[in-house]
Amino acid sequence: MAGKTTRRATRTAPAVSTPDAEDLTDLFRRMLLVRRFEERAAQAYTQARVGGYCHLNLGEEATVVGLTSALEPEDYLFTNYREHGYALGRGIPAGRVMAELYGRSTGVSKGWGGSMHMFDVQARLMGGYGIVGGQVPLAAGAALAVSYRGGREVVMCQMGDGTTNIGAFHESLNIAALWDLPVVFAVVNNQLGMGTSVQESSAEPELHRRAAAYRIKGVRVDGTDVLAVREAAREAVRLAREEQRPTLLETVSYRLRGHSVVDPARYRDPEEVERAKEADPLPLLRDRLLKDGVLDEERLAALEDEVRQEITAAAEFAESSPHPEVSTLFDHTYATPVPNTEPRLPADALFTV
Amino acid sequence: MSVITYRQALRDTLRAEMQRDENVFLIGEEIGHFEGSYKITEGLLKEFGPRRVRDTPIAEEGFVGAAIGAAMLGLRPVVEIMTINFSLLALDQIVNHAAKIYGMFGGQCSVPMVIRTPGGGGQQLGATHSQNIELFYSFVPGLKVLAPSTPAEAASMLRAAIRDDDPVLFLENLGLYNTKGEVPDEPDAEPEVAQIGRAAVVRPGTDITLIGYSRMAGVALQVADELAKDGVSAEVVDLRSLRPLDRTTIVESVRRTGSAVVAEDDWLTYGIGAEIAATIQEGAFDWLDAPVARVAMAEVPLPYAKSLETAALPCAESLAAAARRTLRATGRLR
Ligand SMILES: Cc1ncc(C[n+]2csc(CCOP(=O)(O)OP(=O)(O)O)c2C)c(N)n1
Ligand SMILES: [Mg+2]
Repeated sequence: MAGKTTRRATRTAPAVSTPDAEDLTDLFRRMLLVRRFEERAAQAYTQARVGGYCHLNLGEEATVVGLTSALEPEDYLFTNYREHGYALGRGIPAGRVMAELYGRSTGVSKGWGGSMHMFDVQARLMGGYGIVGGQVPLAAGAALAVSYRGGREVVMCQMGDGTTNIGAFHESLNIAALWDLPVVFAVVNNQLGMGTSVQESSAEPELHRRAAAYRIKGVRVDGTDVLAVREAAREAVRLAREEQRPTLLETVSYRLRGHSVVDPARYRDPEEVERAKEADPLPLLRDRLLKDGVLDEERLAALEDEVRQEITAAAEFAESSPHPEVSTLFDHTYATPVPNTEPRLPADALFTV
Repeated sequence: MSVITYRQALRDTLRAEMQRDENVFLIGEEIGHFEGSYKITEGLLKEFGPRRVRDTPIAEEGFVGAAIGAAMLGLRPVVEIMTINFSLLALDQIVNHAAKIYGMFGGQCSVPMVIRTPGGGGQQLGATHSQNIELFYSFVPGLKVLAPSTPAEAASMLRAAIRDDDPVLFLENLGLYNTKGEVPDEPDAEPEVAQIGRAAVVRPGTDITLIGYSRMAGVALQVADELAKDGVSAEVVDLRSLRPLDRTTIVESVRRTGSAVVAEDDWLTYGIGAEIAATIQEGAFDWLDAPVARVAMAEVPLPYAKSLETAALPCAESLAAAARRTLRATGRLR
């Protein structure tokens, strides 16, 4: 840190240097991609192109982009079921993410996972998990594997505020701290678990303070500020990589819509909805970049256009992709083939007598 | 061949597999310093150190989940859950995660792990510590469930389980740990995959088929000896693998003998025996000379008092009684 300060002090460049502007624009573009993707996903859902549950990252774009941009390609990411943005953040093409929502064989998980269960071995997205808290012990175990092999990778484990009340959360933080595992527990505090507020569900509503019980670092950061999230996440990642210490990183933001696409969120207090709108990270960053001269209206319109085209192409790719063949139904039951696992459809007889 | 205990067979196999493959490590409560609640891991911490033999906090969901996560990255954890009763605390990680990850993510990531855990009643441990709930896991596609009944099976099947790329629930039995049997000295000569998904006819016979697994396979052999004194030739099938289930071996046996009794250490209603009986009626209906009988544990939370516990558990006498009833119905015993 000290070296960096010295370098800054001697630098003569203007306040907004070219790389910074590029960096900021890139962060904004990535947030915009998540926003437009989620809007399109919601639309596809209402058109019945997407089945099951569908949870969106709307309002959490700064958190999603801030967290994922702190990771190196070799790092691992585990998430909950609200993970479309994280899949995009790991660099998975929007078309494959959309195709998973559409249940097509070109999807991230080949159509086997759906909205809640995206996995990509190359991108080291180690899965979205639909069971609240299910990913937390897994992430600790992945970090154990890294530590076992003496590797340099870091595991990030994203979860919601509501998840911090699950037993597995506490068991995993204890284990990770006890065994010095290179893992970052990122709690996306969007202030609600379905319709239940943090105050109603957590006896210690300042969730980062739960770190004290495990003698690990707990940090709270504004989840609507992409730079703040990225900086805090980078420090947590550094601590994990260099000192094998876990961090409990809490980001605070709002959920702009219901719990899932079909939830009208009638339980929400209108004042809070207003506050959520005011804290929408997209206009906040856009206005700041316009004001600071990083972007102008023309560049902004161009970005919007680019992203829109990317999303349209993604939806077209999903739409035109094939549904998985029924003949592949038994392809992924077991990794090691053994006898007596012959495929059998419901109407098939067990024995021909 | 050496004659060793079931416990020794497990320990020797763990040790050999750890020596063979650096990715194999042990994780569980009290397996290191305490050397295992049932001393299966005795001496292993000393030999391999805490990196390979990892003691955990009392956190079944946490450490089972951590083992799954480590397996996702290519390690081969062998988890010990003190008894199968405590696996209930890890049910979410086993059923919703270990069993799902390979399929749900489109075959991109397998979970090469083993969960070793003993079942078995009869130790006066009371209702919460005497259950046989292997059925819960046998029900779930994505898991493999093995239930060895002899030291030789314990060794060969544990080896196969560790080398398999899927999550395996490896059922041991408190009542079997001290039992002895012959185990081959050159284990690697055996075909590995043949160990999972195959039942075995462990005693050929012509008059009736007795079917069991884990402790009850041994009991079935005992009963077959007993019946031989009455001139009855009983065939014994050891299921060995509860999932996948080798239906062919079961049905072929019953087609030869014309009748069957299933012996199981779990509860009767919806139990493993119900699945076996259903399989037999579907595959050998026309060959049956009598209804399929089941001998199982009485449907109560197992009591502590010895008199009650003994009465509730299936044993050689209860299996022999059921077998004799069936034999009389088929006319093979008067
Ligand atoms: C074990 C379990 N219990 C309940 C649910 C139903 N459920 C799905 S999401 C959710 C709320 C979780 O809230 P939070 O952790 O804050 O995440 P968010 O949805 O806000 O991202 C609940 C209760 C579940 N999926 N899993
Ligand atoms: Mg929440």
